[in-house]
Amino acid sequence: MILVFCELKDGKIRKASLEALSEARKLSGEAPVAALFVGASCAGSSDAAAFGADAIIKVEGPALGAYSSDLFAAVIADAVKAKGATALLGAATPLGKDVLPRVAAKLDAGYAAEVTSLALVGGKLQAIRPVYAGKAFATVDFTSGIQVASTRPNVFSATECPKAGAVETLPVPAVDFKAIVKEILAKGGGKQDLTEADVIVAGGRGLKEGANFKLLEDLADAIGGVVGASRAAVDAGWGIPHSMQVGQTGKVVSPTLYIACGISGAIQHVAGMSGSKVIVAINKDPEAPIFKLANYGIVGDLFEVLPELTKAAKALSLAK
Amino acid sequence: MKILVALKQVPDTETKIKVAAGGTSLDPADVKWITSPYDEYALEEGLRLKEAKGAEVTTVSVGEEKAKDVLRNSLALGADNAVLLKSTETGDPLAVAKILAAYAEGKGFDLVLFGNKGFGSDNGAVGAMVAELLGISQANLVTKLEVSESTFRAEREGDGGTEVVEGTLPAVITAQRGLNEPRYASLKGIMAAKKKTIEEVDGAAVTAAMAVSALTLPPARPEGRKLDGDAATQAQTLLGLLRDEAKVL
Ligand SMILES: Cc1cc2nc3c(=O)[nH]c(=O)nc-3n(C[C@H](O)[C@H](O)[C@H](O)COP(=O)(O)OP(=O)(O)OC[C@H]3O[C@@H](n4cnc5c(N)ncnc54)[C@H](O)[C@@H]3O)c2cc1C
Ligand SMILES: Nc1ncnc2c1ncn2[C@@H]1O[C@H](COP(=O)(O)O)[C@@H](O)[C@H]1O
Repeated sequence: MILVFCELKDGKIRKASLEALSEARKLSGEAPVAALFVGASCAGSSDAAAFGADAIIKVEGPALGAYSSDLFAAVIADAVKAKGATALLGAATPLGKDVLPRVAAKLDAGYAAEVTSLALVGGKLQAIRPVYAGKAFATVDFTSGIQVASTRPNVFSATECPKAGAVETLPVPAVDFKAIVKEILAKGGGKQDLTEADVIVAGGRGLKEGANFKLLEDLADAIGGVVGASRAAVDAGWGIPHSMQVGQTGKVVSPTLYIACGISGAIQHVAGMSGSKVIVAINKDPEAPIFKLANYGIVGDLFEVLPELTKAAKALSLAK
Repeated sequence: MKILVALKQVPDTETKIKVAAGGTSLDPADVKWITSPYDEYALEEGLRLKEAKGAEVTTVSVGEEKAKDVLRNSLALGADNAVLLKSTETGDPLAVAKILAAYAEGKGFDLVLFGNKGFGSDNGAVGAMVAELLGISQANLVTKLEVSESTFRAEREGDGGTEVVEGTLPAVITAQRGLNEPRYASLKGIMAAKKKTIEEVDGAAVTAAMAVSALTLPPARPEGRKLDGDAATQAQTLLGLLRDEAKVL
């Protein structure tokens, strides 16, 4: 069976987790799929049935209110063993990427990170995953008895496929954990993480100063997107946090739409966004390398184009 | 305090990826090799702790002869010892983690520092795996680190915000950009490093849990289209195309 580690956010299953669950359903055929939820409360987990979970496994309790990597790893590994699962999937969210490698090591299982395609070959997972920050793709074949993979958000589709979703609970293991999240300092303003965003409006050095990022935010708001940045913009001291950086030393993103504004298209930037479905470039230099990638290019001054775009988008009420 | 820093040798970030004959690996011709960028933050943090509190910093790399370059460089920057764990098993993160853990086991390291992700492999996994194999705590994507006698406090990039992780030592910490600003090697450091020896040990024999069966380049993107007219026209045309042709809005 395939076990899928799912995350809840504000009482709802995260979209990226639903994508992983759907993919497990697709791979599994008639074989069972179980969705695993871990936390202080697993309210909202019943929705997993609609996306293909034959079983919904809950590990619930106050001890799981704050994230501890070693405790969560123990909980997930215990569930894999309890269910006799041979494959474990989870979304490559910040939490998934933190815990799944640890689970894999606990289970002596191979781990493929941020996969973009999965298959079952001879009963074992085979994965395709971007390497060199998306400059190439590796097909990896597992040889371990248990196989673990994290799925890159926005790549697999979340499709409904109603199943029984029989609820089971497993006990919280008595683990003397060694590290825990004590507090959360700065909230990211409730905005979606770049890696999960469907639409990204990104700005580079061409924005000239931090205050001009307002132009990007306005457009992002009008089309239902989030704002990203090049490293040059992050490094310029404009108060743009590194968490907004797209690229090889920032986030690797795969939105449906990526609008690059005043970004030249350096190889390290492109590495982080070349997996976007549709790319738009706005740049005043017709020779800018970003145009080689762009499906649609606007050679022009972003200070003129962006306000026009926002205006037109508002007129069409495009925000979802 | 004893600190171990894991350094991976990777192709320079400017590298245009070419696939070698056989179709499963990178063509190493014309590749310039560097220390994985995030590992530089890990090393810098180790060196700063050494300067602030007194610590012995050992660097380690799993790889072949050429990986000695990153180790030599770490000595030039101020590492006390450098160890090459000779192995060709660098394609599977679990195998690399087992080799590193086998080396670290029982040597009394208080901190084991990693980059959060090795460029190229892009697993973001080896640090957490070593933590599990050694049975110690972990904090990943760390942008600020404080350590005391037996505990640590780390700020990390979590889910849409900065999280504070507290735990006990020994610990695995994986470095994120922002943790520090890595130094450059001084001429004196480079000269001194030439005289130091890099210890060479056979990496533990491990069985890989996975193997790459094909390496391919992404499909070329379709020829793009440039939009004419003044800004207002370009904006109108673009939104129309995004909505009706690309169907992404
Ligand atoms: C190890 C390493 C890792 C790196 N990692 C990353 C990374 O993760 N992400 C990343 O982005 N970079 C990364 N870089 C940096 C990268 O090499 C580039 O320096 C950077 O991406 C350039 O950012 P930019 O495109 O914003 O700036 P520039 O290259 O300066 O481009 C600015 C663009 O704006 C255009 N422009 C200016 N004014 C206007 C206007 N009014 N209207 C329209 N267009 C205008 C210009 O024509 C130009 O093309 C890395 C570099 C190294 C060495
Ligand atoms: N071959 C290696 N030798 C030494 N350290 C490594 C090696 N591979 C990975 N690491 C360390 O593990 C981190 C994460 O690598 P990865 O999980 O491959 O993305 C790197 O930043 C290094 O610190």
